[in-house]
Amino acid sequence: MTPTETLTGKRHRTDVNPMRVLTLKMDGQDVSAREDETLLTVARQNGIRIPTLCHLNGLSERGACRLCIVEIKGQARLAAACVTLARQDMEVSTRSPRVLEFRRRILELIFSERNHICAVCVSNGHCDLQDLAVELGMTHVRYEYMYPRHEVDASHPRFSVDHNRCVLCLRCVRVCDEVEGAHTWDIMRRGIAARVITDMNQPWGTAASCTGCGKCVEVCPTGALSEKGRSVAEMKKGREFLPYLQMMRRDELH
Amino acid sequence: MPTARRAADAAPKPSEDRRWRLVNRTMRLHGHKPDALIETLHVVQESFGFLDEESLRYVAAALQVPLSRVYAVATFYHYFSLKPPGVHTCVICLGTACYIGGASGILEHIQETHGIAPGETTADQQISLVTARCLGSCGLAPAGVFDGEVAGKLKPETVLDKLGRWARHDHDA
Repeated sequence: MTPTETLTGKRHRTDVNPMRVLTLKMDGQDVSAREDETLLTVARQNGIRIPTLCHLNGLSERGACRLCIVEIKGQARLAAACVTLARQDMEVSTRSPRVLEFRRRILELIFSERNHICAVCVSNGHCDLQDLAVELGMTHVRYEYMYPRHEVDASHPRFSVDHNRCVLCLRCVRVCDEVEGAHTWDIMRRGIAARVITDMNQPWGTAASCTGCGKCVEVCPTGALSEKGRSVAEMKKGREFLPYLQMMRRDELH
Repeated sequence: MPTARRAADAAPKPSEDRRWRLVNRTMRLHGHKPDALIETLHVVQESFGFLDEESLRYVAAALQVPLSRVYAVATFYHYFSLKPPGVHTCVICLGTACYIGGASGILEHIQETHGIAPGETTADQQISLVTARCLGSCGLAPAGVFDGEVAGKLKPETVLDKLGRWARHDHDA
C-alpha cells in the first residue's frame, strides 16, 4: 500500500494544502500527517488497524458503513475515519471501549438488515463482512432480524446479483462510475427501502450501459455480486487492479 | 456545448406536446448541463403529474446523465412520482407530532378499507395515498392534505368518510 491515499476523485478537496504537515496523537502515539490525509490513511500508515467495509483503495470515500468510527477528544460524536481529515493536535482514539461497542452494534445492524446466511452463500470464506464479524468478535446479533424479501437477478449472462447479501457499501456504484466510466449501477429509494439498481431498475442483463467488465463483482465485499458458474471455493475476488488505478489517480492530481 | 446538442438530437423525440416544450426550455436555460437534472425532473413532474420511463430516458439522454442516476434521483425524492396520480390525492403527515397523534392508525384504516398502502393508487384510479414528513402544521396533528387542502386533528372516521365520498364520486366532498 502506498502512503499517499487521499480523498481522490469527485471528493477531492481544494480547501486543504497537501504540502502542510501537521502532528496529532492517535491511540497515544505521536503521528504526522498531511493536511489532505484522512484519519484512516494516517492510521494505516502507522500500523493502526481500523476495520472498514465500504472503503477500498483506489475508489473515492463514501462514509457509508460507519465501521471506521473513531473517537476524537473534545468532540461528542464519533467520526468516520475514512472521511475525516487530520487536524493539528487532534487526539484520536481508534479502540476505546465506546468505539468498539458502537462498531459491534453497527456490524450487527448490517447483519440484521438483510439475509446474510453464510452457510448458503457463494462468498462463504471469501467475504469481507464475514471476516469483519470474526475480527470484531461478533458472537451473536442483539437486534431482531428483518428477513426482507429480496430478489436474485441472474439475467446477466456472466454475473448475478443477490440483493439479500447487499450491504449497500456502494463499492459497485463507485467502481462502475469512477473506474469503468459506465455508471450502470446506482441506488434507488432511500433508507431501509434503498437498493442497488442497474440502469432504469431493470434486469441487469438488459442494462444497455453495462460493459460486462465485472469490476463490480470483484469489489463487492459480500456474495451480493458473484460470477456465474463459480463454486463457493472459487468465488475469490481479484482486486489487484485497484492499486494501479490509485497510482494513476495520484499522477493526475499532481 | 456541441456534444450536449448531439445527445439531445439522438434522444427519442417526444411528441410535439406543449408540455415537452416546457421541459426542453428548462434544459436549454441550464445549457443542457447535468446539474439541471432535478430542475428538469421538477418541470416534467409538474407538467405530466408523474415521471414515466420515456421521459426519464429522454431527460437522461438530453442532459447526458447516466440512466441509473436519473432513476436514483427520481426515487430518492418524495416529490417525484413514477406512477400516474389518481383523481384525488390524500397526503397523511408522518412527522413526529402526527405520528404520535396516531397517523399510522389512520393509514392502517385506509389500507383496510381502500386497500392502498402509502405511495399506491386505488385500482379505479380514484384515490392516491401519499405520506409526508412534517407539513409544518404540528399544532394540527395528526394532519393531512386532501386535494391540496390541509386538514388537521384528523380521526380515522373523518378521513374514511372523506375518502369514501371521493370513491363514490360525490362531488360535494
